[in-house]
Amino acid sequence: MTLDARIDVSVGGFRLDVALEVASGETVAVLGPNGAGKTTLLRALAGLLPIDSGRIAVDGEVVDDPATGTFVPPERRAIGVVFQDYLLFPHLDVLDNVAFGVRENGVTRRAAREHAAAVLSTVGLSDKARSRPRELSGGQAQRVALARAVAIEPRILLLDEPLAALDVQTRAEVRQTLREVFASTKGARVLVTHDAVDALTLADRLCILHDGQVAQLGTPDDVVAHPRTAYVAELVGTNLYRGIANGDVVRVGDSTLVAIATAEEHRGSVLAIVPPHAVVLHRERPEGSARNVFAGTVAGLDRFGGRVRVRIAGPLPVIAEVTPAAVAALDLMEGSEVWAAIKATEVTVFPA
Amino acid sequence: MAIAGATIATLFFAVPLLGLLWRAPWSSAWEQLTNHETLVALRLSLETSLAATALAVVFGVPLAWVQARVAYPGRRLVRALTTLPMVLPPVVGGIALFLAFGRLGLVGQYLDKVGVHLPFHVPGAIAAELFVSMPFLVLVVEAAFRSADQRLEDAARTLGASRFSVFRRVALPSIRPALVAGAVLCWARALGEFGATITFAGNLQGKTQTLPLFVYVTLERGELAAAIVPSLLLLVISVAVLVSLRDRWLSAL
Repeated sequence: MTLDARIDVSVGGFRLDVALEVASGETVAVLGPNGAGKTTLLRALAGLLPIDSGRIAVDGEVVDDPATGTFVPPERRAIGVVFQDYLLFPHLDVLDNVAFGVRENGVTRRAAREHAAAVLSTVGLSDKARSRPRELSGGQAQRVALARAVAIEPRILLLDEPLAALDVQTRAEVRQTLREVFASTKGARVLVTHDAVDALTLADRLCILHDGQVAQLGTPDDVVAHPRTAYVAELVGTNLYRGIANGDVVRVGDSTLVAIATAEEHRGSVLAIVPPHAVVLHRERPEGSARNVFAGTVAGLDRFGGRVRVRIAGPLPVIAEVTPAAVAALDLMEGSEVWAAIKATEVTVFPA
Repeated sequence: MAIAGATIATLFFAVPLLGLLWRAPWSSAWEQLTNHETLVALRLSLETSLAATALAVVFGVPLAWVQARVAYPGRRLVRALTTLPMVLPPVVGGIALFLAFGRLGLVGQYLDKVGVHLPFHVPGAIAAELFVSMPFLVLVVEAAFRSADQRLEDAARTLGASRFSVFRRVALPSIRPALVAGAVLCWARALGEFGATITFAGNLQGKTQTLPLFVYVTLERGELAAAIVPSLLLLVISVAVLVSLRDRWLSAL
């Protein structure tokens, strides 16, 4: 259930040139703004867009290789796709939508429906089996689309902006559903998104796309801490902490991070995200309203565009993004002792 | 000026209908309608027009799908060819059919050898009706395939559906309303067919003399009353078709 792809394809003047490997059971998030080539990548992997050169192999089976004239059409790739705007079949009810792909694989109608009903229950929508797609909310429709793709037990699961069309509350719910489904299915997964939070909370590795090329590839912890370009820093350069939540307190190693729980109280393993521009630096211990104050030593100063990313080593490593003027005013250099202050409202917590 | 022109145009359509109603022999209408000759023509008309519609669906829907979904060299030529009968004088179509499928025609001479006869036989009337009516179905259905979301078909393919399966399980159900509209329109056109039928298939009672041909022949014989009643029947059917389709086919064309 592995994916090994080198893709070079041009669509209307835009060129996508990327290499991507995804292991069985692994989720790789392809992150980039609109126009970076994310959807083109998915269409090429799914077989909806033949590549110009390169090679796509699934479990070692070559499915697209222009050099040898190999092209396996989408219906024989066993690659499931979850589309951004769901693309449920409007003339079929929810159960038959989920059963659609199962039926195509030569299963009887009854067996297909039984299987579909089982998959539908894993996304918590058994009570909607007889509804029409137009009667569903966005979040429900996306869960049905997920069930439909998972029901064929795909070797690779591709997800195209599965959360982009949903409101904040629904996003959190569907994100949770995705996490559960990812945990219970085999196969490699490629998640396309323009949202760093989706990528950081769902993926094992990040692949940052920029103008059709891979700008950086690595684990979330690595990429957010060491963005290689200003572009990557802008997109995902953030403070990412893995810890244990208890109410509005997150324990990260020996440090404690206070977060104001927004929609719900978190317990157990969580990811806490603090945007670098929300970190305020002081030379003396500050006495203000910020609930989180950490002492540390400046480990490095990276200038990206008009801003400086200050890497602070300490019990809780922190990255702060400040202006060059602030660096001068505080007389910051490597080895400077600083205090980093973070308001509790700037800490966002996600279940991990 | 505009209002005067519009009024004249409207009256031009309305007055003939009034004429038809004004001269209708209401007292003897039922007898006129149920006399043997009329019934034979009516029955033949229904049979041939329904057969033509069925054939138009069987062959026209795949044609519409290919035209909407498959890019191939010559597609525009095929489109021109398959919509030509809509603007071609039906009598020209009839002659063309005769030269192709008549006893001595391009293809007809071989059909004749294997015992297939079109002119002066029921299949000839069906062929003439199919020739003029199928373009209506193809046009409406093709427009529907074009406006249907092709990405639904992409989604179906990623779920393992072959091209045929995509057509049958996704494309076709999504255009069902247009298919119904196209078929009704096609049937109405087939039912009213006159020029191509009389030219190609002839005017044999019980074989190729459909209701429009019967109306014409009756009128020629000077039996005005006998011609009006089946005309009214065709009018009622036309109005019913128009009402049932309302805006749908008007927008599709």
